Amino acid sequence: MRSPCYRLGAAEAFGTPSAVLAAGYLGYGALAADAGLPLWLTLLSSLSLWALPGQLIMIEMSSAGAPLVAMVLAVSFSAARFMPMTVSLLPALRAPGSGRRREFFAAHLVSMTGWVAAMRRAPELPASDRLPYFFGFAATLWLCSVAATGIGHLAASSLPAATKSALVFMNPVYFLLILLDDARTRVMILSLIAGAIAIPLLHRVIPEWSVLIGGLAGGSLAFALHRLLSRHD
Amino acid sequence: MTEVLMVAICGAATYLWRGLGVIVSGQIRTDSAIFTWVGCVAWAMIAGLTMRILLLPSGVLAETTLLERGIGVAIPLLVFFVLSRRNLFLGVGSAFVTMTLLTLLNGA
Repeated sequence: MRSPCYRLGAAEAFGTPSAVLAAGYLGYGALAADAGLPLWLTLLSSLSLWALPGQLIMIEMSSAGAPLVAMVLAVSFSAARFMPMTVSLLPALRAPGSGRRREFFAAHLVSMTGWVAAMRRAPELPASDRLPYFFGFAATLWLCSVAATGIGHLAASSLPAATKSALVFMNPVYFLLILLDDARTRVMILSLIAGAIAIPLLHRVIPEWSVLIGGLAGGSLAFALHRLLSRHD
Repeated sequence: MTEVLMVAICGAATYLWRGLGVIVSGQIRTDSAIFTWVGCVAWAMIAGLTMRILLLPSGVLAETTLLERGIGVAIPLLVFFVLSRRNLFLGVGSAFVTMTLLTLLNGA
């Protein structure tokens, strides 16, 4: 047990990285409360999904009366990014002779913030300290986010109505800022625009399916356009 | 459909990809076209859902006006991109403060 490296990871996660995530999860807790999800289940959703886009999709589709199959497909698409992220992260954390079992737990803790931090820090650390560092960092983010989820849920159900709508409003703003900040590649910009047009339009006609169908149609159109343009580059 | 089942299945659907990543780690290329396409769909879904919540909100946000939500987005954009160095915490925090003040002003 090399506790210093768990602690190093935890110390680096505490502060700005966890505060930023907490702001997102605070809003998520309030949104789930507004949708009528009980506190314990809301906490469980942050513990088990640990992916804010998927959680937002789940709550919003549930409120729109979407069938379970549409919801699971949409959540799966939003979570598929974890596969390539995990695939590229594990070799960077792996020490010779360490077992696979811990990696299955490490994989659950993978999020964009933890992935970026570990990919940057791991090469600087001795091989045996890399996985402990990641556990310290990612588990801190995870638990702070679960705590923020609970606070958001409790605040939404106990504070005045003005605060509740302001808390729920943090969700779209959080994603709007993240997406605009991240939109650097052409393929991503095309996808964002296509989805931003397709889903609100479809919502008027088929609210239960708009996220899945609009996402598939918009994303595929953006992908096709990107391939077409790449051929002419 | 019970909510417990919904959270359990969505949790499993999310972990599936993380667990699969452990299993296929070192055996597949992650820069193939299929990953680009899945990424496109994921971006389109979350961008579209964000716009839908802003334009056609449900729940407690349905009680706010389009103008209020417009101001509630404009201030955080200003804070995030102009006033702070892309500080997400300040950006999202300013959305909360703006929306609280707007709702209070409207109710007064």
